[in-house]
Amino acid sequence: MVPLWMYLVVSAALFCIGAFGVLARRNAIAILLSIELMLNAANINLVAFWRYMNPTVINGQVFAAFVFAVAAAEAAVGVALILSIYRNRQTVMVEDVNILKW
Amino acid sequence: MVGIFEDLGFEAGLAAVLGNLVGVVVLATVFLLLPIFTIWVERKVAARFQNRIGPNRVGPYGILQSFPDVVKLLGKELILPRNVDKIPYLLSPIIMVAAVVLIVAVIPLAPTIIGTDLSIGALYFVSVGSLTTIAIVMAGWGSNNKYALLGAFRTVAQLISYEIPLVFSLLIPILLVGSLSMQTIVEFQDTYWIIFYVPTAAVIFLVSNIAEIGRAPFDLIEAESELIAGYMIEYSGMAFAMFYLAEFLHAFLVAVIFSVLFLGGWQGPLAQDVPVLGIAYLTIKSFIVYFAMLWVRMTLPRFRIDHLMAFNWKFLVPVSIVHVLVTAGIWSALPEPDLSGGWFARLGEEFPRMALNLVASVVIAVVSLRLLRQYAEQERQRLSEVTAMVEHKQYPLATTGQGAQSNVIVVGTGSGD
Amino acid sequence: MELTWQAIAFFIFSALTLGGGFAVVTQRNIFHAALFLMLSLFGTAGLFVLLIAPFLAAVQVLVYIGAIAILVLFAIMLTRRLMGLTISLNQQWPAAALAMLVLFGVLLLVLTPVGDDILGQNWSANLPTDGDTAPEVTYITVREIGVAFSTQNGFVLPFEIVSLLLTSALIGAIVVAREDEAI
Repeated sequence: MVPLWMYLVVSAALFCIGAFGVLARRNAIAILLSIELMLNAANINLVAFWRYMNPTVINGQVFAAFVFAVAAAEAAVGVALILSIYRNRQTVMVEDVNILKW
Repeated sequence: MVGIFEDLGFEAGLAAVLGNLVGVVVLATVFLLLPIFTIWVERKVAARFQNRIGPNRVGPYGILQSFPDVVKLLGKELILPRNVDKIPYLLSPIIMVAAVVLIVAVIPLAPTIIGTDLSIGALYFVSVGSLTTIAIVMAGWGSNNKYALLGAFRTVAQLISYEIPLVFSLLIPILLVGSLSMQTIVEFQDTYWIIFYVPTAAVIFLVSNIAEIGRAPFDLIEAESELIAGYMIEYSGMAFAMFYLAEFLHAFLVAVIFSVLFLGGWQGPLAQDVPVLGIAYLTIKSFIVYFAMLWVRMTLPRFRIDHLMAFNWKFLVPVSIVHVLVTAGIWSALPEPDLSGGWFARLGEEFPRMALNLVASVVIAVVSLRLLRQYAEQERQRLSEVTAMVEHKQYPLATTGQGAQSNVIVVGTGSGD
Repeated sequence: MELTWQAIAFFIFSALTLGGGFAVVTQRNIFHAALFLMLSLFGTAGLFVLLIAPFLAAVQVLVYIGAIAILVLFAIMLTRRLMGLTISLNQQWPAAALAMLVLFGVLLLVLTPVGDDILGQNWSANLPTDGDTAPEVTYITVREIGVAFSTQNGFVLPFEIVSLLLTSALIGAIVVAREDEAI
């Protein structure tokens, strides 16, 4: 079987890619997508640790399920905010939304 | 199957992979060839409903009509319009067919014949079915055509909405059986089929599944007369045929899944011992359900989109949630019957549970239909008053008759165009 | 590590996950980026299957791909007038890339056996390398997850809180996204 550290490396790489997306993309929707990537990286970690460390205890899977629910909530609110911004300011580029900036 | 490859001298792991591969190919091919037959059935039945004869030239009763059709479609050019988004455009029909064929994996055809008896079979059916949404959105977007895009918008709204009653009504058989595995669900229906416990849930499941496939009366996604086939508009040749194939296969698979979940699947006299009989029973049941779906398709006019949404959110969703709660309450309140006896003993043991659930389910149906009728009468009253006002020119038309239209266009205007 | 079928599957799914993820952050066409996100999520679902968590894999496909990603696609289609923009990354992208490469390098040092040799520690060596040698495991079934979500000793309070969170988030989303100002 594949050793645990390989899963952890995949997860770490996915997290770094997602974090890069959050920092570097201009489009708010793309940032939302990158956040989903980071949440997924966390999920891979949770499930991999559950499977290798303590597969008889349920916590790992339950945590991952909670992450799904939180991700769903985050996506719903995120999309609503982006649509609202788009409607008011005709843009989805994050640097154009700067009226609170001095 | 795996054994054969091991005998041929392959290493065990490779033999397992090859054996399963052959099994998958055989099973998928059988189901992929089915639409050739079901399309003929559909055309013939549709013709009868519309007082026509239907295909009658190729073969006896026109049964071979589909073959020349396939050849014709194969011979057509796959047109690639200039401004399409190539990758989504070309990938979409493939994903569509793949998603539908994947459902086959969890269908128990007989006591021993099942693609794979996943412990999460029922959930797998829903999640794989939701992949078709992606294919439709990809096609609608990739076509770079406003009708296709409108079709894609409607798809997202309709398919995601109807997934909710679908999952809730699917939850009810799962609740009764206590397992997500399709094979266990079928084995549970050894005595009474689940439709006898919860007929209302069965109807909700069928209705939301018809909406999920996007067939009449829920065919707003395609809506030939207004969206001129919606997301399929730019497709031609085999790509179009693949969408067509996926739709027919999906419709039939829904009938099969319905038979498995509610009509006892392969259960029937002697099916335990003779697997072939199980397949025969399942086929017969599936075709009866399929005929019912065609019946609905041929007799009901298409929904208006606001009615479609209202029907889902104001009727199907509340009813299915109430049904889940009631069934769960009854099921946990009643003691587990002793199911160790023979078939007739179990029939007697199981009866009180079945009868109570049946009564509860029918009560839910009657009450909700009464409420619906009351609402419909009110609405009719209101509409007739409005019409009377309009006829006497007392009331401007703009504020009344337009509700229907504006709801359709909301999607378009919301896009900021 | 010998090259079993499972390992091959692991590499394929990892490649899907990471390749899809990389495309998400580099694609200029935001619609394509969302499709690549689906690919990446699909790869993750495959990894869940390999980790013997079929329930999570199915929920991943149903909730993440079937609902969340579709929701994002919907947002993209609604804001499609901005599709023609060509610059997808902001000016700080080289710094971001550098920071993330450094972070990934540090994580690699910590997580991999090679890194252990360099750092002179043996954290990853203590990680289990072979899940099959774990005691005869009866894997968590859907039933157990369900029981855990609905019993007092399990996770009933977190479960209720998450339900509340979801409900409030959806109500909030509706309020924010409403078109008329009549609230």
